[in-house]
Amino acid sequence: MSEKKKNRITNTLIFIFLSCGAIFMVAPLLWMFSTSLKSKEDVFALPPVWIPETISFAKYAEIWSMGPLLSGISNSLIVAISVTVIGTFTSSLAAFAFAKLHFRGKNKIFIMLFASVMIPYPVVMIPQFIMFSTVGWIDTLLPLIIPGFFGNIFMIFFLRQFLTSVPNSIIEAAKIDGCSYFQIFYKIIFPLIKPAVAAQLILWFMGIWNDYLAPILYLNSPEKQTLQLVIANFNASYAIQSDYPLIMAASVVALLPMLIVFIIFQKQIIESIAISGVKG
Amino acid sequence: MKATTSKLHRTEERNAWLFIAAPILGFLIFALVPLIYSIYGAFTNWDGLGQMTFIGLENFINLFQDEYFYKSMYNTIFMMLGIPVGIVLALLLALGLNRGIPGTNTFRVLYYIPVVSSIAAIAILWQWAYNGDYGLVNQFLAIFGIEGPNWLQNTSTVKPALIIMAVWKGLGYTMLLYLAALQSVPKSFYEAAKLDGANAFKSFLYITLPMVKPVTFFIVVTSIIGGAQIFAEINVMTPTGGPEYSSASVVFYVWQKAFGNFQLGYASAMALVLGLFIFIITLIQFKINEKSSFDLD
Repeated sequence: MSEKKKNRITNTLIFIFLSCGAIFMVAPLLWMFSTSLKSKEDVFALPPVWIPETISFAKYAEIWSMGPLLSGISNSLIVAISVTVIGTFTSSLAAFAFAKLHFRGKNKIFIMLFASVMIPYPVVMIPQFIMFSTVGWIDTLLPLIIPGFFGNIFMIFFLRQFLTSVPNSIIEAAKIDGCSYFQIFYKIIFPLIKPAVAAQLILWFMGIWNDYLAPILYLNSPEKQTLQLVIANFNASYAIQSDYPLIMAASVVALLPMLIVFIIFQKQIIESIAISGVKG
Repeated sequence: MKATTSKLHRTEERNAWLFIAAPILGFLIFALVPLIYSIYGAFTNWDGLGQMTFIGLENFINLFQDEYFYKSMYNTIFMMLGIPVGIVLALLLALGLNRGIPGTNTFRVLYYIPVVSSIAAIAILWQWAYNGDYGLVNQFLAIFGIEGPNWLQNTSTVKPALIIMAVWKGLGYTMLLYLAALQSVPKSFYEAAKLDGANAFKSFLYITLPMVKPVTFFIVVTSIIGGAQIFAEINVMTPTGGPEYSSASVVFYVWQKAFGNFQLGYASAMALVLGLFIFIITLIQFKINEKSSFDLD
């Protein structure tokens, strides 16, 4: 009985500790949201005001005309959707081959591909830039899109691991039934790995959505930029005028889509991260 | 009979090659060729437009006499101090969450929100929070009677400021990895230890820590690789590299040299040194990990 009581006290203490931590995690984001609803004067009020006297959503209307926010969102969507859809297809097809088909040099090729993730992006970014500028792709979305079409090594690795739990006999049976290899892939394998694919796809999507270095290299014209750059430019141009409500409103808009995606898919995302981390 | 088997094999092999063609082409076009080009470029005088003239080791010699290179390297390494802090905090949080207290799922989500948030928005938010006069951080410190500095304008506080932000942003991810690892530790281990008279601290030391070691290793390796390439937050929060270049990272300097000054050869040499640095550090960690797990056996 006393141990149970002791346990309960410990749990209460931990609950309080975790709650305090959670406040620290969320407070800056709430501050961001609160600032976006303030007037310019309220922003500099001391002590800080968490709930402004007059709550105004005006900045959320204003941001759309102040910068290419809409084109930023659509550019980010174009890049992220096209890359993840096509890249997921090529990745899962390759994972199927690496996990279930027999061919010479299979493991060596896989190791070679996997070794390429050890090359830090800054090392290859200069030649890649030159390459894309030679074909005239600078200031277009193509340098951000095309490399993704060739698949994602992490996804291939993850799906290959996942496929090892699929029995070979299913594939053998399908072969005997006269299925082609591609039919085996889309009729049997793909439906089986769908949950893993979905989780990886969301993580990849988030990665592309939040990417900053590649877009800043390739995109110059404001209307060609992805959302992250548009937001950063908001900051550069409006911080001088101290229009923080405007900047914060734009930041909230940049953050909201991923937050919604995360809350909807949090179970899959969390599981996927847990598995890839522990097994990786 | 033998002929048909080999024919089947050939069909399988042909299909397999077709299925892996995309990643292999991607590897050649976007990794291998650029890598070779980059290595060659590092030994040339190259501005991106004119000819690449071979100049031997000149870029590297200049690099090792370049005060800004040392500074950016020092800054990059310094900012990695947040990694151990984040690991310890995340493990503590995961231990707390692993007790099955009410609200575990909510906590998981709340701690993870900064991880999914856009880095540009987060950088702007913290830039504003670090403002000397109106920033949230200093107003919080004022509660305790502490007068905070103008964080990002000060050579001694700009790096700690970036570290705090990085820990905040990454904590949820590390915590989740630990939580998953903790949940896979069999309960019977702890029960057995308890029967043997081990207290909570001892079972943490002799059961928990060794069991989560693979995850710790994974986190350390990936954090260092990621930390060595820090760029976005620096570019947004301190666009000039901070006071006296005290927050510029190596990637920031590479980016400036390559796309600001068009010294592509020089920048390639620097990127290569960074790549080599990451590679060596990773290798050392693998060696240490190998050795210590050998010791455990």
